Amino acid sequence: MMEQVYLAIPLAPLVAALLAGLAGKWIGRTGAHVVTIVGVAMALVLSLFVFKGQVFDGSPRYNATVYTWLVSDGLSMQVGFLIDHLTALMMVVVTFVSLMVHIYTIGYMHDDPGYQRFFSYISLFTFAMLMLVMSNNFLQLFFGWEAVGLVSYLLIGFWFTRPSAIFANMKAFLVNRVGDLGFLLGIAGVVYYTGSLAYSDAFQAAPEIVKHSMVLLNGYAWNAMTVICICLFIGAMGKSAQVPLHVWLPDSMEGPTPISALIHAATMVTAGIFMVARMSPLFELSPTALSVVLVIGATTALFMGFLGMVANDIKRVVAYSTLSQLGYMTVALGVSAYSAAIFHLMTHAFFKALLFLGAGSVIVAMHHEQDMRRMGGLRKYLPITYVTSLLGALALIGFPGFSGFFSKDALIEAVGESHAIGAGYAQVCVTAGVFITAFYTFRMIFMTFHGKERMDEHTRAHLHESPWVVTLPLILLAIPSVLVGWFTVGPVLFGGFFDGVITVAPSHDVLGHLGRSFEGPWPFLCEAFRAPTLYLAAAGVALAWFLYLKRPELPEKITARLGPILAVLEHKYGFDWFNQQVLAGGSRLLGYGFWRIGDEWLIDGTLVNGSAKTVGWLAGVARRFQSGYLYHYAFVMIIGLAGVLAWFLWQA
Amino acid sequence: MNFPFLSALTWFPVFGGVLVMCLGDRRATQARWLALCIAVITLMASVPLYLGFDTHSAALQFNEQLAWIPGLHSTYHLGVDGISLPLILLTTFSTILVLIAGWTRIEKRPAQYVAAFLIMEGLMIGVFAAADALLFYVFWEAMLLPMFIIIGVWGGARRVYATLKFFLYTFLGSVLMLVALIYLYLKSGSYDLAALVQLPLGLQQQTLIFLAFFAAFAVKVPMVPVHTWLPDAHVEAPTGGSVILAAIMLKMGGYGFLRFSLPITPDASRELAWLVIGLSLVAVVYIGLVALVQRDMKKLIAYSSIAHMGFVTLGCFLAFSIVAATGHALGATLALSGAMVQMISHGLVSGALFLCVGVLYDRMHTRDIAAYGGVVNTMPIFSAFMVLFGMANAGLPGTSGFVGEFMVVLAAFHANFWFALVAGMTLILGAAYTLWLIKRVVFGAVANDQVAALSDVNGREFFVLAVSAVAVLALGIYPRPLTELMEPTLRHLLSLMMISKL
Repeated sequence: MMEQVYLAIPLAPLVAALLAGLAGKWIGRTGAHVVTIVGVAMALVLSLFVFKGQVFDGSPRYNATVYTWLVSDGLSMQVGFLIDHLTALMMVVVTFVSLMVHIYTIGYMHDDPGYQRFFSYISLFTFAMLMLVMSNNFLQLFFGWEAVGLVSYLLIGFWFTRPSAIFANMKAFLVNRVGDLGFLLGIAGVVYYTGSLAYSDAFQAAPEIVKHSMVLLNGYAWNAMTVICICLFIGAMGKSAQVPLHVWLPDSMEGPTPISALIHAATMVTAGIFMVARMSPLFELSPTALSVVLVIGATTALFMGFLGMVANDIKRVVAYSTLSQLGYMTVALGVSAYSAAIFHLMTHAFFKALLFLGAGSVIVAMHHEQDMRRMGGLRKYLPITYVTSLLGALALIGFPGFSGFFSKDALIEAVGESHAIGAGYAQVCVTAGVFITAFYTFRMIFMTFHGKERMDEHTRAHLHESPWVVTLPLILLAIPSVLVGWFTVGPVLFGGFFDGVITVAPSHDVLGHLGRSFEGPWPFLCEAFRAPTLYLAAAGVALAWFLYLKRPELPEKITARLGPILAVLEHKYGFDWFNQQVLAGGSRLLGYGFWRIGDEWLIDGTLVNGSAKTVGWLAGVARRFQSGYLYHYAFVMIIGLAGVLAWFLWQA
Repeated sequence: MNFPFLSALTWFPVFGGVLVMCLGDRRATQARWLALCIAVITLMASVPLYLGFDTHSAALQFNEQLAWIPGLHSTYHLGVDGISLPLILLTTFSTILVLIAGWTRIEKRPAQYVAAFLIMEGLMIGVFAAADALLFYVFWEAMLLPMFIIIGVWGGARRVYATLKFFLYTFLGSVLMLVALIYLYLKSGSYDLAALVQLPLGLQQQTLIFLAFFAAFAVKVPMVPVHTWLPDAHVEAPTGGSVILAAIMLKMGGYGFLRFSLPITPDASRELAWLVIGLSLVAVVYIGLVALVQRDMKKLIAYSSIAHMGFVTLGCFLAFSIVAATGHALGATLALSGAMVQMISHGLVSGALFLCVGVLYDRMHTRDIAAYGGVVNTMPIFSAFMVLFGMANAGLPGTSGFVGEFMVVLAAFHANFWFALVAGMTLILGAAYTLWLIKRVVFGAVANDQVAALSDVNGREFFVLAVSAVAVLALGIYPRPLTELMEPTLRHLLSLMMISKL
């Protein structure tokens, strides 16, 4: 009976996606959103049912095959489900945010000619994401991984007549493919050492894998587990947009806002975080790999936050914030605080989806204006959007009691407890990041909703709150953004929620260490007043208030003084330049050189046509000997005769 | 099962083609319908072959043996195993698509056009079914003629150059193969493949024979550096010719490696595996980069074909490298199986991509990428297909393009981390050239008046593309029936490769 439920959860959105996509013309706009919303709602209800069974009724974890995809050489590749606490939590988060986005889309995409197509895509995405999180093996994980990438590609390029959109979607796909290459090699490594693609076999064989080493370059042997884990993490860096594979995420904002919320904030980009947490039995055995994870995450958390401080496009601010928060989650993974990473993933899914959808509501009200310099004072016109966005912002900066507070504070404390290589650097990054986060978040809130109204008259005259299909999801997302942390911090982080799912070596168990002094959410909250992070956040908000509300003329002056630093930030540290000029340009140049010189000049010109010409030339020369004129032949005969005679005479 | 299925599959389309030709070009419609009927009957005749095939056996099945040239000890011996059966099915499937795709598009000598494809179908099936080396050679060379004519008569502006290049390139390789076959006959006194596989040979003999075979098969695959005939041939060939060339004819090279080189000269194959593996990896990277900068859609897909076929040759020869690295053959069958799956998948995907180019070419009469842009605005259904096939070409899981590449990369890791890494570069390069093509052709605003005037696919084109799409997805979602069919044969082949003849 449960098998059918598990199967129905991803298939319901898939069927809905096919209906809306292939039969969109016949079922119409209403038909398309009804069928997809029903599909996703079904998935949500069933996911909640599964969650209840797993978490409250103590159902055993489920690990079984749906069908065997392929068998070769004794290697059985299957499609199957693994249902445990981690999966159940992810399923609920994915289907809940997806449902909210579906409803929101009715309002947001109301006038778009691609209405049915859009619903088809987001439902298809829900299917792919569920396949990813529910997988019990690497094959299906990779399928889900690439399938969400495909839908992301289709959705970033949804407005396919815009040059920037179709550039951004190709960029996203290719950068992700770089990560996927690492991911694929990691999977190949697992198969090599375990002979299986199933998670359970890999986890079981993990202690054996550590005993192997690989010589990749002459002289230095790498531990096999380190190689596998770093390769897998390269995949996570692509999907979860970690430096230097982060470049695609800001550009992905070219897609419609609902998908920025669903795919590029709440769900798909967290797939890498989820994957590493899922693979904790492997990563725990490689401190080297964990330190790599830690340093990359810390770098992303801080340096992407800086970019959020100077962006003026409202969606880009939220996008850089997402990058930075993904960095936080990655840091948590690096210090073996996997539960904290998943906890932050969950709270972030709610408040970041909320912030994106709030930004979308603003953008619609502003007639698709995204530049915050032309906004201001919107709280009067968009009260619900304002309040919900403010709640989301408070959750994001870790306002005491809000969901983001619990997840971020626990995460930062976990970093403080860690003795991993790189933990000191990470602590500086994540602590400074708190100030940065508070600053850019409230800079956005102030520039958008407070202060002088800087839009033109026409826009101002048409400002009004969005319809209920837009505000309802905002409200429904605001509730967990505020409350979910309070109720779940105890059980999820310190209550053994992930026992038997996530493995942590005793020597790395920072959360276990913190858990010994945890006495419930209220003392945890009081404790925060003694830590510097809270005051850093307050300082960030205060600075934003001072610069953008109190003395709005100041930022311009500061900008003028900080020319070089600003230039670095505005060029986003030069990653785009390097990728486009050196990597893409270099590849094209190399390809062109190979083609013109290798194929056309050397092989075709010299060898193939050259040998044909040589034959032609030889034949041409040989032909001269057969002119057909008798006197030529007679002349040659006489010469020959004379030669032979001369020879004989000479001999004699 | 006494009915001679293989002879029927071979000769029915050949004689059918002759019949169609006799009907004459003036009765074009009748000729087309007759040709289609013949192709459909051929496809249906290949179904019992699949249903009656014993998937647990590595032996040749549906054997037919008749006296042919007693003086040379050569017999008319046909049979199929797990390697040839999927390729025969691919042939009967692709031929129908090609006939439908060219339905009204060919106005010049239409009866002769369809007749050429039918005759070629029969001869290609003969190549895959032949169990006698001389018979194989006869089919192998005879098959060139219809393709030579198809490119030479119905081709583009530079068709004479292309068709000569195609013919001379492949013929030169084949002649060396004939020398090797004659040598083997003189040693063994038989042309029967089973006897040749058993024939003991010294390493030097094997090496020379291997190189002679290599000349024939490497050109056919094609491998770097003997690949330059393919882009020219594709560019000049009519759509149907390109489809058959990509879908079936390139597979002859991979088939030759599996059928001849590996079992007949196992020691030389082992000694020279580095050469083949090296060239295969070069194909993935070098050709991938060259594909990136192509301006002609067909050329781009042709180069992409070469890069994808690199996985076939890589998979064929990985076994030796795996044994050298690990001391056992675990992963070797996976590599061989991956090579086979890649052949079938590439047949479907690149065939479909050439059909897509054909659809565009029929409307705009240019293959120049720069002449397009924003096709999705006027041809949304077509664009959906093109994106699907593009994704399959880029190896997206859930499509057939993923299966073979995944298997070969997994197997390559057993041999060497760097092999897997370089082969895996196709993930990036394949996506880069394919998606860039799609970006420039399909997406964007309407680029010019011709694009604005485009009409979406008609029923006939829709049917052809939809059937291809179903096949691509089916193989991607459930490849097990295919690999199950091949597994015993490939295991047997591996055991032959592992036994030294020295």
